[in-house]
Amino acid sequence: MTSNVALANNRSWLDFLRKTGVWVGILVVVAAIYGYTTEPQVTTSMLASTLRQSTPLVLGALCGLLGERSGVINIGIEGQMLLSAFVGFLANVYTGNLFIAVAAGVLTGALLGGLLAFMSVTLKMDQIIGGTVINILALGLTGFFYQTGLTTQGKLQPIALGPLADLPLVGPVLFENPPITYLAIILVFIMHYMLFYTRWGLRTRAIGEHPRAADTVGINVNRMRYINVSIAGGIAGLAGAFLTLEAVGSFERAMTNGRGFVALAVMIFGKYMPFGVWGSALLFGFATALQTQLQFSGTIQIPHQFIGMLPYVLTIVVLAGFVGRTRPPAAEGQPYETE
Amino acid sequence: MNNADKQVVLEAHGISKHFPGVIANNNVDLTLHKGEILALLGENGAGKSTLMNVLYGLYHPTEGEIWIKGEKVHLQSPRDAIDHGIGMVHQHFQLVPVMTVAENVILGSEVTTAGGRLNMRQAARQVNELSQKYGLAVDPSAMIEDLPVGIQQRVEIIKALYRQADILILDEPTAVLTPQEANELFHIMRELTAQGVSIIFITHKLKEVLAVADQIAVLRRGEMVGTVLPSEATEASLAEMMVGRNVILQVEKSAAHPGDVILKVEDLAVLDDRKTSVVNGVSLEVRAGEVLGIAGVQGNGQRELVEALTGIRSVASGHFFIQGHDATHYTPRQITMLEVAHIPEDREKHGLVMAYPIEDNTVLNQYYVQPYSHNSIVDRGAIRSHANALVKEFDVRTSSVTALASTLSGGNKQKVIVAREFSKPVKLLIAAQPTRGIDVGSIEFIHKQIIKQRDNGVAVLLVSAELDEIMSLSDRIAVMFEGHIMATLPIAEATREKLGLLMAGSHS
Amino acid sequence: MAIQASEKGPTSSFGERLASFWRSASVPIMAILLAALIGAIILLLSGANPIDAYAALFKGSFSNARAIGRTLEKATPLILGGLAVAFAFKGGLFNIGGQGQLLIGAIVSAAIGFGLGGLPFIIHMPLALIGGAIAGALYASIAGALKAYTGAHEVITTIMLNFVAINITDFLANGPWKDEGIVARTPAILETAAIPKLDNIPLGFFIAVAVAIIIWYLLFRTTLGFEIRTVGLNPNAAKYSGILVARLTVLTMAISGFLAGLGGSIETLGVVGRFQPGFNVGLGFDGITIALLARTHPLAVIPAAILIGAMQAGSSQMQFDAKVSFEIIDVIQALILFFVSAEMIVRWILRIRADGDGGVRLSSGWGQG
Repeated sequence: MTSNVALANNRSWLDFLRKTGVWVGILVVVAAIYGYTTEPQVTTSMLASTLRQSTPLVLGALCGLLGERSGVINIGIEGQMLLSAFVGFLANVYTGNLFIAVAAGVLTGALLGGLLAFMSVTLKMDQIIGGTVINILALGLTGFFYQTGLTTQGKLQPIALGPLADLPLVGPVLFENPPITYLAIILVFIMHYMLFYTRWGLRTRAIGEHPRAADTVGINVNRMRYINVSIAGGIAGLAGAFLTLEAVGSFERAMTNGRGFVALAVMIFGKYMPFGVWGSALLFGFATALQTQLQFSGTIQIPHQFIGMLPYVLTIVVLAGFVGRTRPPAAEGQPYETE
Repeated sequence: MNNADKQVVLEAHGISKHFPGVIANNNVDLTLHKGEILALLGENGAGKSTLMNVLYGLYHPTEGEIWIKGEKVHLQSPRDAIDHGIGMVHQHFQLVPVMTVAENVILGSEVTTAGGRLNMRQAARQVNELSQKYGLAVDPSAMIEDLPVGIQQRVEIIKALYRQADILILDEPTAVLTPQEANELFHIMRELTAQGVSIIFITHKLKEVLAVADQIAVLRRGEMVGTVLPSEATEASLAEMMVGRNVILQVEKSAAHPGDVILKVEDLAVLDDRKTSVVNGVSLEVRAGEVLGIAGVQGNGQRELVEALTGIRSVASGHFFIQGHDATHYTPRQITMLEVAHIPEDREKHGLVMAYPIEDNTVLNQYYVQPYSHNSIVDRGAIRSHANALVKEFDVRTSSVTALASTLSGGNKQKVIVAREFSKPVKLLIAAQPTRGIDVGSIEFIHKQIIKQRDNGVAVLLVSAELDEIMSLSDRIAVMFEGHIMATLPIAEATREKLGLLMAGSHS
Repeated sequence: MAIQASEKGPTSSFGERLASFWRSASVPIMAILLAALIGAIILLLSGANPIDAYAALFKGSFSNARAIGRTLEKATPLILGGLAVAFAFKGGLFNIGGQGQLLIGAIVSAAIGFGLGGLPFIIHMPLALIGGAIAGALYASIAGALKAYTGAHEVITTIMLNFVAINITDFLANGPWKDEGIVARTPAILETAAIPKLDNIPLGFFIAVAVAIIIWYLLFRTTLGFEIRTVGLNPNAAKYSGILVARLTVLTMAISGFLAGLGGSIETLGVVGRFQPGFNVGLGFDGITIALLARTHPLAVIPAAILIGAMQAGSSQMQFDAKVSFEIIDVIQALILFFVSAEMIVRWILRIRADGDGGVRLSSGWGQG
């Protein structure tokens, strides 16, 4: 924070952090230490699983955030992830090169982002219907081109960050992860810096809040929306690549399982702020990790279907604003017309 | 003033702008000299804003040329206009509410350090320098949404000056100001011209033109009627140029004969959407057969007061009574049933369903009663004949009652609302900004309708930001400031000066 | 929020009627043709012969009485799913939760169907039918209430409720309502709850058509319909005219869920005969395509649903004859949806002037606060 002005930029983010972040943070640290002293293995695997589960949500939510900050609602994240996961998987099957495979996934996401921009900016279609088109299209295309029996050629492996990885608890949780997991965290920081400290960020926020004001000072609103929504699509594509190339290693039909929609709730709960998004993605990731843990240990007698509902119910609760309300960018959802 | 010696900074030749079905500007010429205030006068819809948007690069003219400082230019976008030194303060401020003053000022012309990082410190310094140079006090780190409109307007001016504008276009800048604030703005405008800035001042208010302009250009129906000097013009002569016929500036009305109290408001408090109290203990009475005008600068709680009285917004404390019924917690429909008519402030957002045909819009307040429906089944025939009768009586210009409301002009949309509200028995009329942004013909018509209702014994509560409208229609005037009624004056005692001071919160 | 803005009154002459019909039907028809064209290109790219494929699709859906019966059978839940989406659109709501409401409706109707013995057909069948529909209505009104009273956007809540419904029905079919044996499904419904077939033609189809007519009448001829459409087109003006918008939002969602739930009941009682997990997956999305293809008009939903139903009915014939994976129809459906919503493209191809209405518009933020 260098000046008053910069402070004012992040006022709501700081408020949010102050009000909720600090308490949640303390609680998490205390719980983690307590857990580690009593059940070291379970705690480590729970936290590691939380981070892994949160990765596609962070990426999906960053995609949504960038779009909405620019004034475009993206409900097609689910489809962008799914098709990118599929293309990344195919690229891996046929080239055997994981780097090319990830790049193919990101490119697919970016192209679908471009399609969303085409529908919402050029065709001025309803943005929610535009996103739905992408979702249905992705479901249809992956279903049609999917052949069973394709074998994957390896997946992204964890990279241990030297001595950091040997630290107790934090080491295996934070410093021994596969590349996309690291990348997701780095993207959070990059997105925050870009949005609040650069020219591009100032303009992006302006076109999402008051596009006409941006237009009257010579900013090309529609071109920026195209660029930003395509970049955002690329981030969703990375989430898709994570699913097939880092987490699972193969493709399954409809394997995104609603994560693209959950990501939108993560974004709203994160108050359209990169760090807020990260925090809320960790919360959702924790809910999913808990679900797997409970199912696995079998200590509690709840039918697994009820545990399986947890992330979805949490999403509804978040949206209903039971945990605080947010103010979305003012111009989102509306095509910009130069009159 | 001898303009011949002065350098011409901007010249428009034969500007025409056509939209599908509309000629907004037709062969318009305009000349602006250095250091001069040129007033561009015209009624709503005369083509002033179109002309300015052409000069600012937002529209491309169908025909004509623009010369700036002796150079012929083709303005493709606002960016081009800015590069040629044109700055514009739009009627609706083009400021991002959730950003700071400094961020808004630099947006689009940012100063960055190496690596593309925004240099907010330098931005704040530049804002401070400009505000000192021209006497435009403002805090660079303040959030726009926290600032009053008068200050926001200064930010807009600083924004233009930051871009080195020496030609400023001010589009209806006084619409949101008290008379005193407007005087302050005129003072700033003179300060700017003294330092070499040239100003085009767009307005439809005759008094302001005479007070501040060096030259007056008048537009009517997209055409330039002529240019006059303020010393050669009077309000009446300007009005005639504007409208093209003799205009009766004063509404003809006889003395009021107030009857029973129809609306009684007691110590009413109302919250706005942000949950802050914006109506603070308002008490008033409106009697049958009188018009009570509520004057005040926009945003002093008038909107919330009207919304509370029509049942749309809940009341925090206090009571109000309509025809003796305690209607404080009534639903909008229960209030309508007490023979209340309501002309809402925003006709497109609240008054009409734009995607419905006119006929359906004429029954929005009574589709659920006989003869428009029987036992919850709609009678299309009854609705159509009702609509046809209203369109004829209120002179709504349309091809058919099945045309969509969105196809109507502003004045005709307003006539549909007025027709609908008066098409059932009325005891109380609540009219908010009933003539905002419509043509003079429609204004006269609607004013006559309101007075006719008053003479028929209807109690009228009129809320308007146009002081002239309040003064010409009201029998008594209440002035609202920061949610309080400052004073209620009989029309005979109300002068512009007195009202202006009360609108600014001063009792003296 | 301008949902299908053409609300024109009746036109007078036959010529005008024809012109107005063409204005509203030309876009959907062109959208279908364009989608089929691009589908053919995809088929070519994947090495199949599109003419053979489409011929087989037609053969499997309309060539004989049995094929037509199968098409109508497939079209039945699609009519109701399309009506559910179209009806919600009219009220300004986007119900993507048709799938969840259908599942809940299906399992409740199955439970009534197998659980209540000793009732005569004339009571048992309608009871199961309506019971499922009411369950769907209640389930959908959760999303309606969340929208009306907390501002939570129905698009996300209905999708989340789909996943919740999958879990709930999975639990019921695998637990308390499980049939004997190892398969996770409910017992078969009793004879008295089954909807009979007349020859090849399923009776459920006629129920669906009748419901479409009722919904049309409700929307355009009753004051309730007037209120729902007013809220859909301009909720602010609705509030000013005294309509209780929040209550109406819940009711609109409930009716929409009723229709989807009825689709589940009819499918259960008329076709499947019991509930089993994985039942009719994807119907919610089909409903969106059908509703937009019908330009949200309740009566136009019928032909739109028959078209999609025919594609589904013929897809296995196509897979058998032309060796084309049946998922191509999902791709074609997505393309139809795209072209129907991207009216600008189609109008440009046809060189028709826009009516001035921009079609469906729903997005205005997530509406929190």
